[in-house]
Amino acid sequence: MTTSRKQDIILAGVGGQGILSIAFVIDSAALKEGFNVKQAEVHGMAQRGGAVQSHLRLSKDRIYSDLIPRGEADLILSVEPLEALRYLDFLRPGGKLITSSTPFVNIPDYPDKDALIGQVRRVPGSVVIDSEALAKEAGTSKAQNTVMLGAAAKDLVVGEDGLREFIRVLFAPRGEKILESNLKAFELGRRAAL
Amino acid sequence: MTKEILLGDEAVALGAVHAGLTAGYSYPGTPASEIMEYLVRAARRAKTFVAAWSVNEKTAFEEALGVSFAGRRALVSMKHVGLNVAADPFMSAALTGVGGGFVVVVADDPGMHSSQNEQDSRFYAQFAQIPCYEPADHQEAYDMTREAFDLSERINIPVMIRLVTRLSHSRAGVETGEARPQNGLRYGDRQCWTLLPMNARAQFKRLLELQPELIKISEGSRFNNLELNPADRSLGVIASGIAHNYVLENFRDGANKPSILKVATYPVPEELIKRLVAHVDKVLVAEEGYPLIERSLKGFYGIPGKTLIGKLSGHIPLAGELSPESVRAALGMKPLERQAPSEFKPAGRPPQLCIGCPHADTFKALNKALEGQAKSNVFSDIGCYTLGYFPPYSAINTCVCMGASVGMAKGAAEAGVFPAVAVIGDSTFGHSGITALLSAAAYNTNMVVIVLDNCTVAMTGGQPTFTSGDRLLKIVEGVGVPKEHIRVITPLPKFHEQNIRVMKEEIAHPGLSVIVAVRECLEEARKKNKRE
Ligand code: SF4
Repeated sequence: MTTSRKQDIILAGVGGQGILSIAFVIDSAALKEGFNVKQAEVHGMAQRGGAVQSHLRLSKDRIYSDLIPRGEADLILSVEPLEALRYLDFLRPGGKLITSSTPFVNIPDYPDKDALIGQVRRVPGSVVIDSEALAKEAGTSKAQNTVMLGAAAKDLVVGEDGLREFIRVLFAPRGEKILESNLKAFELGRRAAL
Repeated sequence: MTKEILLGDEAVALGAVHAGLTAGYSYPGTPASEIMEYLVRAARRAKTFVAAWSVNEKTAFEEALGVSFAGRRALVSMKHVGLNVAADPFMSAALTGVGGGFVVVVADDPGMHSSQNEQDSRFYAQFAQIPCYEPADHQEAYDMTREAFDLSERINIPVMIRLVTRLSHSRAGVETGEARPQNGLRYGDRQCWTLLPMNARAQFKRLLELQPELIKISEGSRFNNLELNPADRSLGVIASGIAHNYVLENFRDGANKPSILKVATYPVPEELIKRLVAHVDKVLVAEEGYPLIERSLKGFYGIPGKTLIGKLSGHIPLAGELSPESVRAALGMKPLERQAPSEFKPAGRPPQLCIGCPHADTFKALNKALEGQAKSNVFSDIGCYTLGYFPPYSAINTCVCMGASVGMAKGAAEAGVFPAVAVIGDSTFGHSGITALLSAAAYNTNMVVIVLDNCTVAMTGGQPTFTSGDRLLKIVEGVGVPKEHIRVITPLPKFHEQNIRVMKEEIAHPGLSVIVAVRECLEEARKKNKRE
């Protein structure tokens, strides 16, 4: 956890990767801790396997724009490396980039993975996580989003317990096994980023 | 008061429920779908009001109008292009007036995230001469919806709420109030509601005479806000809706704030605009959509002695969505420092059909059936299957508006195109395809209509369809398509060859054929599984 009056986060990934689930967890935890929240999402056509992003704004003060201005984002959290690069110019100088290294290849001209990671590394302090391996270790390859949430935990303005609480709220209705895998995925992501 | 996190769409829906809604109607369309989604869920729990998907926006509008005729409060919601479909009753409802409060919620899609154009619905409100609210945030979306019902009832005309994608699909906390009870039943006056020329003339006169009062109401609205900076007269900003957020975002520290007029209600609050303009040398107009306010200020001659900038002057792009950056540039401020973009431009990742989608199998078969024929003759429509435009299918050549495929195929066939093929989803067919097919059947036009029956409105999240399965087949037969040329196929890889054969046979038939490709949408099947 980090302390600040505000945090602007770009969540990135591909439709179906569970970006909105991460947003829900962070949002709900932030609201409980007294933050104002605005969260711009993508619905409709783009959700079908296209690039999706969510602008998540947390602040103790009033939030005006639903969109994060370019140069204001404190953090880009991406479940996919190519998608991490798409929004780089939103990041403020000194802002942080945390991304999965697992490519989601559903386009013909997908770039070389090493070149991609090379670009990610150009951002000082960037964190690259093998979300696929960790999610599998946690019991389900679907939990890559939760792995990435864990990887970002120490850099968020909301506490880890709050995040765990809303992971429970989100996944408990889907059964004990899915919940356990996601809690484990969160832990594995968290440790990998330490 | 309780605080809830809601989508902008949901804030409107909840506002309507709390305003004493008796019934709401809609047809799915991004970014408006979540309004009715919310109402449907709320109605299922409360069981005190009606929330129903309709066959199309015109029908939805008329259903809502009937509720209003009965003295009770009604809402109709749709995406911007849906209002084109409902434009006929919309324009005339301004004349009939209303019984119960009647609120028309229209969600525009500047930037065309999921639309075929970016028309600005405020112009429709202006055209019909009815009031319009433009919320800037979620709280306003809730508050304005409540107020819109009261206003509609008080002045006796429909009221529009204009949303945009960024508000519809953004979440934030909303403080909600006590719910108001529903109105009782009260019948409309037949003289007002029967728009025979003699009645319509009187009703139109009433509407015209109401206009000065509407401007006054707008000028007095608590949602507009004029803040003059006495120390600096160089710049004044007129900003409406979420454009106002983008302006304030750039003055978050409060320093050097110019004079700002926030416009949230229409007709445009003239007096407030005059006061701002009088105070400053230069006026910037920032509005999401087309330059409505700016154009009315500019007129033919501009504002004598003042500089006016905005979209028409090129300071803000005319096309696409506003952003904090584009407004910042128009404010003459330096861009924020930021991280350098990556050294190569990330390849685009367009949306695509789900792996295993039934449409994919239909397109594969269709491409094969058309091999050797002229290629540019597949008229398509609006739905997931529009993604058949992209490789590897590259199967369609048009997408214009709901239902256009069938009419266009008929016209093209009559112009000499062969084979003329229309591809349309089951719900789109119900929305606007039936009438066109009736026309094609009446002339037995030489064309093939392929109805993709995936048993749902997939693109917008799986709303119910009314033209699927058996009913769809009966409709097709009922409009007069010969039974032997109504063919049903199952778009699965194992039937690939068979499906190609059916398509080829019907293409060869010198008259109208309809092929119905039936297989459930995968997403829908998955959701059903989860529920069970
Ligand atoms: S949502 Fe359904 S109809 Fe749409 S692409 Fe996926 S499977 Fe096909």
